[in-house]
Amino acid sequence: MKLVQNVPFFCIMLSMFSGTISSVLPGKWARRLNVVMISLVTGMTLWLLQYLVGSGIGSYTYMMGHFPAPWGNELRVGLLEVVVALFFSVIMLLSLLGGRKKLDGEVEATKHNIYYILCNLLLSSLLALVYTNDLFTAYVFVEINTIAACGLIMIRQNGRCIEAAVRYMIMSLLGSGLLLLSICMIYDLTGHLLMENIQQQIRVIMEAGTYRIPMLIIIGILTVGLAIKSALFPFHSWVPDAYGYSTVSSGAILSSLVSKGYIFLLFKVFYRVIGFQHIADSHILNLLFLFGLCGMIFGSASAIWEKDIRRMIAFSSVAQIGYIYMGLGLGTEAGVIAAIFHVLVHGATKSLLFVSAIGLTDVSGGSRSFFEITGSAYRNKAAGVGFLVASLSMVGIPVFSGFVSKLLFAEAAVLVPNWKLFPTLIVLAISTVLNAIYFLKTIVRIYTPVKQEEIRAKGYFELKFPEQKLYCVTIFLFVLVNLILGMASQPIIALITEGLHHFA
Amino acid sequence: MSKPIPEEEYRKKPLTRLLQWVGGEIDPFLETMETQKQQNQKPNERLIRKHRRDLDTVISMVHDQKHNKVYKLFRRFYKVASVVCCLALIAMLLTAVSYLPPVGAADNPSSNEVAAKYIEDGLQDTGAVNIVTGMILDYRAFDTFGESNVLFIATCTVLILLRSDKKKDKRQEEAEQRREQHYEPKDDSILQRITFLLFPIIVIYGIYVILNGHISPGGGFSGGAIIGAGLILYANAFGFEKLNRFFTEKTYKWISFVSLSFYCLAKSYSFFTGANHLESGIPLGEAGAILSSGLILPLNICVGLVVACTMYAFYTLFRKGGF
Repeated sequence: MKLVQNVPFFCIMLSMFSGTISSVLPGKWARRLNVVMISLVTGMTLWLLQYLVGSGIGSYTYMMGHFPAPWGNELRVGLLEVVVALFFSVIMLLSLLGGRKKLDGEVEATKHNIYYILCNLLLSSLLALVYTNDLFTAYVFVEINTIAACGLIMIRQNGRCIEAAVRYMIMSLLGSGLLLLSICMIYDLTGHLLMENIQQQIRVIMEAGTYRIPMLIIIGILTVGLAIKSALFPFHSWVPDAYGYSTVSSGAILSSLVSKGYIFLLFKVFYRVIGFQHIADSHILNLLFLFGLCGMIFGSASAIWEKDIRRMIAFSSVAQIGYIYMGLGLGTEAGVIAAIFHVLVHGATKSLLFVSAIGLTDVSGGSRSFFEITGSAYRNKAAGVGFLVASLSMVGIPVFSGFVSKLLFAEAAVLVPNWKLFPTLIVLAISTVLNAIYFLKTIVRIYTPVKQEEIRAKGYFELKFPEQKLYCVTIFLFVLVNLILGMASQPIIALITEGLHHFA
Repeated sequence: MSKPIPEEEYRKKPLTRLLQWVGGEIDPFLETMETQKQQNQKPNERLIRKHRRDLDTVISMVHDQKHNKVYKLFRRFYKVASVVCCLALIAMLLTAVSYLPPVGAADNPSSNEVAAKYIEDGLQDTGAVNIVTGMILDYRAFDTFGESNVLFIATCTVLILLRSDKKKDKRQEEAEQRREQHYEPKDDSILQRITFLLFPIIVIYGIYVILNGHISPGGGFSGGAIIGAGLILYANAFGFEKLNRFFTEKTYKWISFVSLSFYCLAKSYSFFTGANHLESGIPLGEAGAILSSGLILPLNICVGLVVACTMYAFYTLFRKGGF
């Protein structure tokens, strides 16, 4: 085994260990440690990606300890996992950098180190969810993920945040409970926790036809559990408050990473635990498809009514999660590839929206009301550009990343062999129009000039580059990620496609 | 024949005192225990009226139940839907359970080669007589490391929620102290005497359970819970001031830091050597001895420390928002 193959293990342990160290550090040093840690994780993951692409090894398993797989724990590393892990760490770093300046005002200074403990452990749990090959390990890290996300919401201690955290906790625990129940039942039926062995046993069970009904129920509650945690349409009531009122970085991380971790776990369960064929036979995909379509429309419609810019972005997340589930629900390989690519696109774009929205509200007297941000893009140019790019990407304008994923969805829909073709295309079109309505009206508003007297009367101020260097650099990097996803999408899609072949 | 004794001596006899206490003549705790008279509370009419008025305003502003038909309909729908959803879920889960293989049958899918290897080779592989400990701290140590981090992060979130870091001025501090004294345990002689006897036994028992985790039932999680319970009992009987002489926030922070770091580093070493097929060089020792089974004993101690600190930290945070 080469040293580079140890990278997933190094990444997970490093992020957990830095969480432990942060508990005895003052906030400032915890912050530095956090930046160093995430950069190291990113760098190492890049190294691993380069190795995997260069050597042509599609995937390999990594033994956690001295005992081989069904007895000990195991990680599994493939192209798809590495791409997603790399993406998670980059977005985490950028989200934290973008919200760093605001953190002082949002969180008590004595609790800054706790904030970074939560972030470090959240990253470790995301990486573990991506790499694990064991269903129970996945559950343990789902627990860490849930608690960390709750902490990230409520660390800004005002009434709305506590309420949002309680709501998030209740819904999320319901999801965890359903997930745990289904894992228990899977263990009872197959006697295994390792993904490959479960899949083998399930194939035997399904061929024998002995446990059809419990298998159906297991698939159902497992999917519903993870759908609740990733805010699929009917379970999205916790989203606007949780994303809208928490700190900037928390909102960005929660919307673009935490929900995506669960979605990736769902992909993993479908492909590697139960087997995609059995999932397709159980018709659960049709259900996800329908809920995805509903989410695309209702999420966007709620966003149009919303008068609070951050809640509007949060509602837009519901719509985008709907896209992902719609792609998965198509049940074809093209649909799944489009869904995975949209995971990346939405993560990169939504975090940029959150980070740039805070720049706009900052120069509008801190008000998040839609009417107050008129002309704010002139007062804070970097935030304006960031918001513009992210909005255009969400609407699906060519050059930006959102266009590619919408194109992929449409292509996948055309290739689909059953009734799903027309609903997909029609809803895709409606949703795009709705997206355009609320994003473009925001852009028009922030680029509408306001008279100087009015600005002075309200006490608004301008933020220029020298006052917010780090923020501008972060926005620039975000835009760069977005453009890479939009203009160099072919190699990324090729990586995802190849990764998916090794994944199953 | 018993010899006659003076009345004073007779009154001091334990049996007499007991009979007197039963008869309600004396109260043995009257002077030895700090008590507080119950105060007659006068209801403040004005405040109550104001409160009621506020509540009415809020209700009428937030949801005018009488005139809002949609709201009324929604409330009714909500109640019915929640009951229907719960019943459907219960029915579904019960159906699933009725199909599952019977508990404990020999030919269950779960009694396969995985469980067989744990039972047959567990002692040889891990050196732990207690197979469960061998499983959680050696075979599947990664999961357990995750679990101890769950505890750690749970305390962190409780710290966020309950630790009050605001700087208090003198008056607030005094008011808080008065409040604390009101709710803090009084010098309760029964509790103190019994704690005095029990506390060392509880702690020693906890240590025993932790140290013997790989030999007999028990281990870090259960032993740590026992020690934590002992600490909570001590804090209840003697107050936080006495406990703070040997256990402060700093102690808590460093204990959990050192034990989690040790766990992380030790297990990282073990994972690394295992994955790269290197010899770890950790001796397993003689099965059944205290100093045996490689890393399991130190890891059990770490887990025990983390659990004990977490239990106590939860208690003190909920009690007074800090250490």
